[in-house]
Amino acid sequence: MVQLAFYGFSALTLLGAVAVLLTRNVMYAAFSLLLTLLGVAGLFVLASADFLAVAQLMIYVGGVLVLVIFGVMLTHKPDSRTNGGSQTPNRIPVLNRSNAFGGWAVGFLVAGGLFVAFYTLIARSSFALLTRPVGWESTVNAVGRQLMTEYIVPFEIIGILLLAALVGTTYLASVKKA
Amino acid sequence: MQPVESHYFLIVGAALFSIGLAVVLLKRHAIVVLMGIELMLNAVNINLVAFSQYDPDRIQGQMLALFVMVVAAAESAVALAIVLQVYRHFRSVQVDDLNELQQ
Repeated sequence: MVQLAFYGFSALTLLGAVAVLLTRNVMYAAFSLLLTLLGVAGLFVLASADFLAVAQLMIYVGGVLVLVIFGVMLTHKPDSRTNGGSQTPNRIPVLNRSNAFGGWAVGFLVAGGLFVAFYTLIARSSFALLTRPVGWESTVNAVGRQLMTEYIVPFEIIGILLLAALVGTTYLASVKKA
Repeated sequence: MQPVESHYFLIVGAALFSIGLAVVLLKRHAIVVLMGIELMLNAVNINLVAFSQYDPDRIQGQMLALFVMVVAAAESAVALAIVLQVYRHFRSVQVDDLNELQQ
């Protein structure tokens, strides 16, 4: 049963990510990203990280995704001269080919090679701890205790970082009187 | 409740990271490139949580994943503000068109 849920959430995650990769529409990409984030939240629950799953839903789905959709709407250009042009590759020097197909080939080669390398690494490694059976338990207590004892300094620093990001974002996005 | 083997979590994380890298390399819209970065951060979070399963007393992996999440939120806010300014300046968010420092 848990295996089945795991495969379901994994499929949701990976299919959403593939849809982000393949779609031409930026709005569809945003909604596929929503699918991926929901799948990751489900995987967190299966890995006995229930607090992180709720935090994932609130921060990513409630915050980041709304921000991304706002960005898409604010930068929408009605008379798009490059129609559906989100598909052709970036012009970084590795991908600087004359046709779009070469860029796609190099991109897939880099990403696929990375995945093959990761897969062989994971398949070959034998983690001593990974065979230990663990039960499922809620981690909300442990997270709260850790945040107030061992991780109190990073907790305060992350608060200052959020304040700085908020102020900096408001300054960056404001219309400057040149 | 039988837990899932952590190898599968690591493989899903590796696949998600590779897809995110492909999105960053292949897409041309700046906001979609940001989405690829978010995908890669999520893959890292999956790995951290999977390893934190074997550290139930001091859940260091989950704490690090929490901080990664908050930093990712701050990063996406700042990056979207920069994208807005770039759009005001160039009237475009296709990263291919941004080939000058000043216009």
